[in-house]
Amino acid sequence: MRGMRILQRSYGEYLQSSAMPQRQTRSFHEAFFSINHMFSASYSTASEKGGEETEKINVIFVDKDGEEIHVKVPIGMNILEAAHENDIELEGACEGSLACSTCHVIVMETEYYNKLEEPTDEENDMLDLAFGLTETSRLGCQVIDGVRLAIPSATRNFVVDGFVPNWFTDTKLVYYP
Amino acid sequence: MSRRYLARYLVSRYFSSSVSSRPLHVCIVGSGPAGFYTADKLLKAHEGARVDIIDRLPTPFGLVRSGVAPDHPETKIAINQFSRVAQHERCSFYGNVKLGSDLLLSELRDLYHVVVLAYGAESDKDLGIPGESLSGIYSAREFVWWYNGHPDYSSLKPDLKSSDTAVILGQGNVALDVARILLRPRTELASTDIARHALSALEESSIRKVFLVGRRGPVQAALTAKELREVLGIKNMHIRIKETDLTVTPADEEEMKNSRIRKRIYELLSKAAAAAGTSESDPDQRELHFVFFRQPDRFLESNERKGHVSGVNLEKTILESAGSGKQLAVGTGEFEDLNCSLVLKAIGYKSVPINGLPFDHKKGVVPNVRGRVVSQTVEGLSQTERGLYVCGWLKRGPVGIIATNLYCAEEMVGRISEDIEEGVFTSSKEGSKGLMQLLEKREVKKVDFSGWEKIDAKEKQMGSEKNKPREKLVTWEDLLAAAAAN
Repeated sequence: MRGMRILQRSYGEYLQSSAMPQRQTRSFHEAFFSINHMFSASYSTASEKGGEETEKINVIFVDKDGEEIHVKVPIGMNILEAAHENDIELEGACEGSLACSTCHVIVMETEYYNKLEEPTDEENDMLDLAFGLTETSRLGCQVIDGVRLAIPSATRNFVVDGFVPNWFTDTKLVYYP
Repeated sequence: MSRRYLARYLVSRYFSSSVSSRPLHVCIVGSGPAGFYTADKLLKAHEGARVDIIDRLPTPFGLVRSGVAPDHPETKIAINQFSRVAQHERCSFYGNVKLGSDLLLSELRDLYHVVVLAYGAESDKDLGIPGESLSGIYSAREFVWWYNGHPDYSSLKPDLKSSDTAVILGQGNVALDVARILLRPRTELASTDIARHALSALEESSIRKVFLVGRRGPVQAALTAKELREVLGIKNMHIRIKETDLTVTPADEEEMKNSRIRKRIYELLSKAAAAAGTSESDPDQRELHFVFFRQPDRFLESNERKGHVSGVNLEKTILESAGSGKQLAVGTGEFEDLNCSLVLKAIGYKSVPINGLPFDHKKGVVPNVRGRVVSQTVEGLSQTERGLYVCGWLKRGPVGIIATNLYCAEEMVGRISEDIEEGVFTSSKEGSKGLMQLLEKREVKKVDFSGWEKIDAKEKQMGSEKNKPREKLVTWEDLLAAAAAN
């Protein structure tokens, strides 16, 4: 539930937060444990050590012309912010305050979409009005957890009995301008 | 520059040769979301685009300033993006310039390669029933402009003291907005940007019961989830919904199956109806009643106050299928009266035609083919004007949210780009320079963006003295004076 509170912060507040690295590590644990409890406790020690540096993950934006843009996104940054940091045109009319649907994105892999934390009622209310709504639509300003889940560096540290989680793949998102 | 923008830049340079970099003079009439999103996308798509946005008001932003309710400040954040567009070096805003009085459409078309009409819908649908001109009956748009300090409506003076009941016809988000403003505790309104005259009137208001009347049922109500959730959550305000109104028919089930939003609204209303029965009575209690399956037949005139409304005569309705899943309300011949001293019609806006522009009076829009204005229809085929476009409500009708204009603008810019590539805009035009000369000749006191910034600063400063985000200037004189101050 701590994760949910972060998601609902406004854009401006989000940028100011200096306590972020600490929060990211905690939420990462929660998300991680809620998804796949078979991973052992040794993993959490490893990530705690690495928790202070800004880990980045790969995200691919696919625009309406089918062009793919690969970006590296620090953990804890929402998709809207990530788009703006990389000069990708994703509107954010209300700047992350859950008062519009202009940052609507579509998560291209259903499996990946299912790993994300469920949208809140407030996000769903805005999604109701989004143009071209799909089964795997989300508001970019609310997607953070998903970004944390797809951490390629984790696969290097972690294999349980030869099992490598196949959802540690790059996120593909498509957005409608 | 990111790889994507570099690619697009190179591509546009290759194709544009002289076209994209040759000045493209654009005038957008209307500075609401449609106008600003169009300007934004046009500036990004064409290096040579030089955009002037004109508005008849001294203040920009259209309904974002004058329509969005005072208790919805997050929805107004879009103004930040619009301000950035207005401050772009190839863009200018000119307020207090009215198409039709200060200059003609034909003059604009002479000065600019491209004219985009994005002036929205400043009028209302009528019910066309007896008694509609009684005093105490307003369109919701007039009431909203009154509490939002629109300079044309500051002296509306709606009577909020003659009874405890107001009836709102319509169940869309505008209906909810006006209901909320009528019923919200005054202390909550005092710290918003609501106009001072409205706050005073509301502080003395005796309205305690608001009826939201809809022709059809809860499954067809036009309101959206966020707004409904909001009213259901207001403290000390009691919601009344008849459980019998919540019965759904197979046709209703079908409608809900096909629309996620309809389903979620119905669920919220059902929960509200179940919870409603448990609240206690209190004399100063505020009540919001959802009345379904009733259509207004005529307005009743007061015996004590001639010329003033005293109630609405409502006819019960049932729903009949109209094909393709749509259900329409049909009268049953059973009537009942609902007494009140204030009626607000929230049944939809309508655009205003101007001279020299074709207009579809039935749909209330300018006839267009995906944004290009139709000049004539020959044997069923529409021929379109070159260089004249419509965007926003004037194009699509008064539906949708602020974000809907994003797609509208995107389509608009696509049309303009196609026309550029076809070499439609080869003649040279004067653009801004010509507009300035014309306005000067006619002694029009235009308000540029820095003039708006002075109004903005003054409003914010006045607001800070009262713990409000701004205290709006509500008369033409005050607005123009602030814009011209040093």
